[in-house]
Amino acid sequence: MMLASVPYWLQSIFRVLGGAVAVLLPAGTIVYVFLFKMMSFMQSRLGPMEAGPYGSMQLFAEVGKWLQKEDITPERADRRIFRMAPLLVLVSTFLLVAVVPFGPEAYFTNFDAGVFYMLAVSSVSTLGILIAGWSSANKYSMLGGLRAAGQLIAYELPMVLAVLGVVIQAGSMNLQTIVVKQNSDSIFGWDGIGNPYILTQFIGFLVFMIAVQAELTQAPFDMPVAESELVSGYMTEYSGFRFLIFFIAEFATAGVFALIASVLFLGGWGVPFRWFGWAPNGSHEIANWMNVGGPLIMFVKMMVLAFLIMWARFSYPRFREDQLQRFAWKVLIPVSLVNIMLTAILKVVF
Amino acid sequence: MALPKPPKPKAPGLLKGLGVTLNTLAQTVKPKKLGGGAQTVQYPHEKETPPIRARGVIALREDNCTVCMLCARSCPDWCIFIEGHKDLAPPRRAGGAPRKVNKLDRFDIDFALCMYCGICVEVCPFDALFWSPEYEYSEPHIADLLHDKSKLGEWMETVPAAPDLEAGAEKKKGK
Repeated sequence: MMLASVPYWLQSIFRVLGGAVAVLLPAGTIVYVFLFKMMSFMQSRLGPMEAGPYGSMQLFAEVGKWLQKEDITPERADRRIFRMAPLLVLVSTFLLVAVVPFGPEAYFTNFDAGVFYMLAVSSVSTLGILIAGWSSANKYSMLGGLRAAGQLIAYELPMVLAVLGVVIQAGSMNLQTIVVKQNSDSIFGWDGIGNPYILTQFIGFLVFMIAVQAELTQAPFDMPVAESELVSGYMTEYSGFRFLIFFIAEFATAGVFALIASVLFLGGWGVPFRWFGWAPNGSHEIANWMNVGGPLIMFVKMMVLAFLIMWARFSYPRFREDQLQRFAWKVLIPVSLVNIMLTAILKVVF
Repeated sequence: MALPKPPKPKAPGLLKGLGVTLNTLAQTVKPKKLGGGAQTVQYPHEKETPPIRARGVIALREDNCTVCMLCARSCPDWCIFIEGHKDLAPPRRAGGAPRKVNKLDRFDIDFALCMYCGICVEVCPFDALFWSPEYEYSEPHIADLLHDKSKLGEWMETVPAAPDLEAGAEKKKGK
């Protein structure tokens, strides 16, 4: 590895910087391209146009505005917990990005329990949201926090089950191996384009994306922040940069989940074609420039998936709370269980 | 009694919803020359033409005002201030007595109070008050929204011409 020659402390600095870029760059891009621009276009308006060309500097204006605002803690709030909660939510995003492989050697960590770690860490944000709602000493916040907890736990399960199909097919929980498998495997003997799992695990992909939508509390699953019922849900009492952190975490997590979904279903950092020169089973023959090209390919795939997430967000109205729960337990979980069963059977047969 | 079932949509509603947003997106992104563009107007750079009957501001034709005070008295929030005095005008016919007329000294409307109900325009018997579609008269200080008769008179230029009468309507007989 290229980095092996530099001292450990410098490696650590590189990793931290890389993590910050991998979290904040997708978040900023998603907010500007989708939240500011695409949503405006879908509502037949132009969105921000004044700050920079086509409003491209709007994000900095917004961040500047938030940083100037007063950091208010309600009098009866549980001060320390209240102030900690947004950071906890953001930390889970940073922990998530740690397992995403961006290239054959461009990754932060690479270990065999990657999928397991990813699923475990993604529920840390639930804790952050729950304690944010609880410590605010506000009934709206608490209801929002409880709703978030119920929703995130309900949709954690279909997400785990959807990923299981991929894990069965790849025969590994290592995200790097999953990428390599997708790009070098064959679909029922035909190996023209490798085997991106979106083709063979399409049901899993659908369930995963719906569960991600709910995990991110994006509409139509945005009951925890339902502004017409709960003011702003668990974020009601937050102001200034703590609100900003919640906001960044929301879209950074959207970006990271899009990255994870592209790793699991779209072939990750590879382009699955034969001329690409994939080694039959393993990454040792892949050219070095993929460490630069991989992140770019990942970014493109991330944008495509983020577009899908945001498109659904801007198109659909909010579910009711009971509909939300019923959808998770009565539709998504049975469907993904059947999917796992079919995958297992086909895996054994072929 | 069971309600009649609504007709089944051709495409599932969920996909239709996605189609609506995507079409709007395409329409907004399309260049203006091809009939695209947003429904909104980039206001300070390009101006919207208000509808002809827009209630922008109230304009005053001073010559028509007889200081009858009907508008000031009918105004629900008392935002019209009128002062006048009696004056003598030359007689209509030679040798007649000079006519007594009301001269308008002050006609102010406080647009900080005005709620744009238009009762004053309705009630004016001499066609002295008009709706103008002009809307760019905001002020940094609320007190500056009290506009006097010269300013109200300037807005007369922006008042659109009265629309044609409906076919068959009776024309007002001129004296």
